[in-house]
Amino acid sequence: MSEEKPVLELCNVDKSFGPIDVLHNINLSVKAGEVLCLLGDNGAGKSTLIKTMAGVHAPTNGELLMDGKPVSFRGPKAAQEAGIACVHQFGGTFPLMSISRSFFAGVEPTKGWGPFKVFDRKKANEIAVHEVRNFGITRIDDGDRLVGGLSGGERQSLAIARAVYFGARVLILDEPTAALGVKQSAHVLRIVNEAKSRGLAVIFITHQVMHALAVGDHFAVLIRGGIAADFKKGEKSREEITDLMAGGESMADLEAQINVSA
Amino acid sequence: MSEAIQTTKSSKSTSSRLAVGELIRSPAMGAFVGMILVFCIFAAFGYHRNFLTLGGIANWMNFASTIGIVAIPVGFLMIAGELDISVGAMMPASAMTLGVLSGHFELPIALGMIITFGVAALVGLVNGLLVTRTKVPSFIVTLATLFAVGGLTLTLSVIFVDRPQVAYYAPDWAKALFGDRYFGFRAAVFWWLLLTGVFFFVLHKSPWGNWIFAVGGDQESARNAGIPTNRLKISLFVLCSVCTAFAGMCQVIQFNSAQSATNFPLIFNTIIACVVGGVVLTGGFGTLVGIFFGTMTLGIVQQGIGYTEIDRNLSSLIIGVMLLLAVLMNGTFQKLATSWSTGKKED
Repeated sequence: MSEEKPVLELCNVDKSFGPIDVLHNINLSVKAGEVLCLLGDNGAGKSTLIKTMAGVHAPTNGELLMDGKPVSFRGPKAAQEAGIACVHQFGGTFPLMSISRSFFAGVEPTKGWGPFKVFDRKKANEIAVHEVRNFGITRIDDGDRLVGGLSGGERQSLAIARAVYFGARVLILDEPTAALGVKQSAHVLRIVNEAKSRGLAVIFITHQVMHALAVGDHFAVLIRGGIAADFKKGEKSREEITDLMAGGESMADLEAQINVSA
Repeated sequence: MSEAIQTTKSSKSTSSRLAVGELIRSPAMGAFVGMILVFCIFAAFGYHRNFLTLGGIANWMNFASTIGIVAIPVGFLMIAGELDISVGAMMPASAMTLGVLSGHFELPIALGMIITFGVAALVGLVNGLLVTRTKVPSFIVTLATLFAVGGLTLTLSVIFVDRPQVAYYAPDWAKALFGDRYFGFRAAVFWWLLLTGVFFFVLHKSPWGNWIFAVGGDQESARNAGIPTNRLKISLFVLCSVCTAFAGMCQVIQFNSAQSATNFPLIFNTIIACVVGGVVLTGGFGTLVGIFFGTMTLGIVQQGIGYTEIDRNLSSLIIGVMLLLAVLMNGTFQKLATSWSTGKKED
């Protein structure tokens, strides 16, 4: 079984755009049923790292391993087929499309033959509603409703349910709670847990330490394109993590600085 | 385990709702109501001047058909979040191409049409490649190609036929197919209806149509969902040029002559038809039926006005007011559509 091998692993990955080095020497791994929290301040290179994992960018140096075997993706679609799904900050859904159409965007179920294949709305609605409800969003009961009518948390859940339905093994969540209120965030965190218990490898990107601590098993802090710290749950306190994210300076020092300049 | 990911088929079937409720919330509804309103007002003012006769209806339908054939793909592009204003030059360019090839050089019309479609596809390809590669807004790209193609058309026609226009008499079968009138309606009207049917299927029933909405809704997410966004946009630009070329050729075959002057009103008319028809300028929303009604409304106001007692000069004013109302209404319709049935309970 590949159970012991990490589902996704990054080995000495560098990424540069022309003369600008964005990522250097990134080593990360995530196992099935584990939540890896990637913490980092704005501009730390989180987005580039996500895009590298999701097949948008190819690493300049180093390699990606899936189940211990090196892989290289020609594009996001290839990464997706390999089982890496990316859910973005704003849900990765389409506000003016119906729930089922959004759910099946790009992989529409069809009926009919030849050039007369039509979008199978009934089937799409059934599956979409069922999948989303399985993730605990019981408020959704009609696949024809527009996504724009859902709350931010529900949109995230829809996107996650979608990824899981389409066979994702690695779920990359890019700041899913950044734009959400407390209640909605809790909702999303519950869904992260649900995905984890279903055996997915989850990479949870955030700069909210509280949210990371709530669901994470394993933490990595990204500073200026490098991994500044890599630790397991319970090894570091919230204060220590926050200090790390602030670039090694302690929050107390920062507060002092702010007070002096004020 | 990944087995857990497998789904069980839902036993709960989605409830079927009244189609009427769905219709009212549809963005096409606004366009339809608008058209009926305009039609009624014009019919009231035009009753004694033959607005309601077959000839009166044919008059504005004929005018609308050319716009309609172009407005459909322009609407597709708008739903996909892009714009094509090069249609204003594409129409005379295709007309001149056919006129010069089949009229001046006396090539068989079928060959002339195929080459014209090829030229149009090439222009669409250039538009699409420029937009997807350079990330320059399509408004600017197609504004550039509008003038480039317009200039090229003039120059080439002077080189080939020494004049900015050319006469061409199409063979009878081509006339019957693309240029004759039936019950006062031009052949283009029937083509327009046919294309509306075909493209309705494409936009609302086929998976490809779903991609158009997805790209316009959120391009990044669409790409992440595995939709080939660039290829989709390029093919939409090609479709737009090809449809415009078709409308242009129908005109040549009907009127026996081609002009090379850029058709600026066409640009505005197609955009107005789409917006009045409920297509959102920023993309992601719109219906084909809406575009159809929008085009009809435009036809009534611009052309049908001649059959009424309303001063012809007022047509632009009416269109301006209508456009503004349509945009304001579209916002309301969108809100209605998104908030529909969410009022159960907040979680």
